[in-house]
Amino acid sequence: MAAKPMQLPRRGLPLSDISTFLRRWGALLALALLILFNLAFTPHFATTQTLAINLTQVAVVMVVGVGMTLVIATGGIDLSVGSLMAIAGALSPMIFTGQLFPVPNLYVGIALGIVLPVLVAGMFGYFNGWLITRFSIQPIIATLVLFIAGRGIAQVWTNGDLQVFKVPEFQQIAIGRLLGIPFQVWIMAVIVIAATWTLRKTVFGRQVLAIGGNEAAARLAGVPVRRVKTLVYVISGLCSGIAGIIVIAMNSAADANLIGLGVELDAIAAVAVGGTLLTGGRATILGTLIGALIIQLVRYTLLANGVPDSAALIVKAGLIILAVWLQRQDRA
Amino acid sequence: MTSIATFRGATREIRFPQGLGVVLLLLALVAFGGWRYDGFLGSYNVLSVLRYSSMFALVSLGMCFVIMTGGIDLSVGSVAALGSVVSAILSPYGLLPGLAGGVLVGAAAGAINGLVITRLKILPFIATLAVMLAASGTALLLAGNQSVSVSYDTAFMTLGQGDLLAPLKPEWIDAEDAGWLAGPLGILFDFPTPAWIALAAYVLGVIVMRWRAFGRHVLAVGGGEEAALLMGLPVGRTIFAVYLISGSLAGLAGVILAAQFGAGQPVEGAGWELFAIASVVVGGTLLTGGKGSIVATLVGSLLLGLIYTILNFENGMGWISLSAYWQSVVRGAFLLVVVMVQASFVKNTRN
Repeated sequence: MAAKPMQLPRRGLPLSDISTFLRRWGALLALALLILFNLAFTPHFATTQTLAINLTQVAVVMVVGVGMTLVIATGGIDLSVGSLMAIAGALSPMIFTGQLFPVPNLYVGIALGIVLPVLVAGMFGYFNGWLITRFSIQPIIATLVLFIAGRGIAQVWTNGDLQVFKVPEFQQIAIGRLLGIPFQVWIMAVIVIAATWTLRKTVFGRQVLAIGGNEAAARLAGVPVRRVKTLVYVISGLCSGIAGIIVIAMNSAADANLIGLGVELDAIAAVAVGGTLLTGGRATILGTLIGALIIQLVRYTLLANGVPDSAALIVKAGLIILAVWLQRQDRA
Repeated sequence: MTSIATFRGATREIRFPQGLGVVLLLLALVAFGGWRYDGFLGSYNVLSVLRYSSMFALVSLGMCFVIMTGGIDLSVGSVAALGSVVSAILSPYGLLPGLAGGVLVGAAAGAINGLVITRLKILPFIATLAVMLAASGTALLLAGNQSVSVSYDTAFMTLGQGDLLAPLKPEWIDAEDAGWLAGPLGILFDFPTPAWIALAAYVLGVIVMRWRAFGRHVLAVGGGEEAALLMGLPVGRTIFAVYLISGSLAGLAGVILAAQFGAGQPVEGAGWELFAIASVVVGGTLLTGGKGSIVATLVGSLLLGLIYTILNFENGMGWISLSAYWQSVVRGAFLLVVVMVQASFVKNTRN
């Protein structure tokens, strides 16, 4: 299939063509319709409580989704994100409670307990990138290795035990608020803005899209393909690490068996619904955010109106197929 | 994902040396286990490994067909779970309704995969991911979020726990002076029913791949879809068929799961797809499609099952205390070694 020339964001709305309009803005329209539906039918929807619940739930998927968007933009995939979340999440309490090495004071411990696990997750991301670029192993298989082994590593460290901790200073990450908005939502916002800027304005962002569009052509054009591809997996690993820290701060406990379980599917779904091409070459971080919000809001809508969680899964499946099918129409 | 690479692989079955490599590895592991552990080669252990491995072997067989066309089926685990729930619900009506129900619901899920992939032109990865979600949602709905007990009144349980030839077993085999033939023959008569089912499926699979046009179509589609289209091969039908096969086998594995554990398990199949992919990869089949071996996939799934057993024995002996968590680390490391060896092999043959 021919690579699509890179599209610059158009400014005006192509109102002349309704189907083009739907494809470009369909996700946003769906989100708007969902919100309107909820305002009309779901009791207690328009409360700050509801907003906070939905935003905090979406933050974890979204932080992972940013890394996933970059990976998918290069034409790859990262199945290991959930396991890397578990690794970072299991490691963090071991550090700030002083189990691994003595920490001089609580704040230094917390700082190390945030920075080191995120770096470790980034290193595992580097390992993924190394396998993919050095041995030309397909991303789905290379990241499958850590998908299987990564959670095991976290479980071996913790012996599979639940680590409960009571460190309010650390839990501020998830529980604290700034201007009434939970702190983890701010973290998500910063990461989303930074990634959007990187993808749109930096050389690295152009290189990511160029590799996804046509790797051979990008190599011939002088793009350092190996380095850029490795870096996106490192970024995905770092994002997973941050998400892992957020999850344990939310639960005030770390359970290596459960942290990030199935998150790779949610992240991939958000990327797909958001309009990033799964074959690479075109990516939108804001689209992923909209995708994650849609998926979260659909689930919330169904649950709030008494539909069981299992039925919500079926709806989610239909949604993914619909979104990707619409995406395909755009390419055809 | 890689459209250029697929043209490089010749459309043929893998024989020497990759296929031989895994067989040797399997034999080496069996020899190691027999040397190190008492009872490792005893009929009890061998038969229980076979009984347990047959579910994974069935799922891996379907996955092998799918991967040979260059696709992937992430839905097999939750389709198996759905199959186990449906067959458990139908088990009070007897063996056949339980069996048919599980297989048919698997086939239906496979057909949806196939239709979405061929008609809507959606990447297999995404289509099967969606069906994975939908199947596990349906299984949870049908089962009411808990496991469904299987009826013990009917013959359904023999599908998982029975031994097909046991009623035919002559009495002299168990006698003291039965001679050297008694051992192997005894194993034959004690061969568990699920292992017979898996064996039959693999024999059918080999026949289809070697001697039927469909097998060549599968390899041709995986080797280069556009080329296969230009040659006038029924590409769409072939792709639809492999997902139908994969779904049906996953449903069948679910039936065996329900019959073996006495309950339909809506959440059991999580991670099976990765086990199946690993078996296929360990068997030397390339994920880009166009090449593959059914027999090597069987060997691959036995290998992974054997590693699991060896770890259990190692635990039982108390030499090292390998928690259950180590097993996934070891399994991941094993997959890593295999894909790295495979990758360097592919590189060398290209150069």
